[in-house]
Amino acid sequence: MSSTFDTVAQVISETSDVPLENIKPESHAIDDLGIDSLDFLDIVFALDKKFGIKIPLEQWTQEINQGKASVQDYFVLKNLCARIDELVAAKTAK
Amino acid sequence: MRLEYFDLIDKVDELDLAGSTIRISSRLPERSPVFDGHFPNFPLLPGVMMLEIMNHAAGYLQYRRFNGERFVFLGGVKRAKFRRMVRPGDLIEVRARLTHEGSGFSVAETSLTSGGVTAADAEIILISQEFPNPEIKAALARHSESLAQPAEA
Repeated sequence: MSSTFDTVAQVISETSDVPLENIKPESHAIDDLGIDSLDFLDIVFALDKKFGIKIPLEQWTQEINQGKASVQDYFVLKNLCARIDELVAAKTAK
Repeated sequence: MRLEYFDLIDKVDELDLAGSTIRISSRLPERSPVFDGHFPNFPLLPGVMMLEIMNHAAGYLQYRRFNGERFVFLGGVKRAKFRRMVRPGDLIEVRARLTHEGSGFSVAETSLTSGGVTAADAEIILISQEFPNPEIKAALARHSESLAQPAEA
């Protein structure tokens, strides 16, 4: 978890100019860090490459729009990191 | 090619859907309102138009990879360089290669050559989503069919 968070925080800081010290596991990417949707694409692009996964952004957006998940489930960083760990584990298990 | 109508691809010379690459060619018009202002007595293809042509090539590649079922458009430019002047009447080639396939977006390396020399290159982000209405889907399908198509790889 910690190493995933460190990587995610580093990527966010590099791609969106948010100071690293302001990025916490409890931070909400949109509400707290002010990341907009296009910046978030850059972040997802970098995370896809770093972790060798394909973050299912469309599926997440659909789940939020349909009320099956909350924005916090994917955009609070500790939750985002948990989702990334799940995707990495699923890929490793294949 | 009609610059002012954003009709930018004359011919698809190579299309490799599995390999995620495309090569297109276009002959720049001798006259266009675009050239009237850029620049008077020294017409040049604006860099922003070079970028748009590269976007069209990469976007068309991705559109075809989605079998015409998704609306693909420019989401961002991560890097762009305009290295040489392109003039009215020049024959240009544009190559694009998808380098990353994300969820709802993709990334492409593109280049534009004139006379075999690179005139511009860029890394661009394409967004893909459902078509906003059936009319634009049908219009793009018609436009796709109008392009000279090579045998698919």
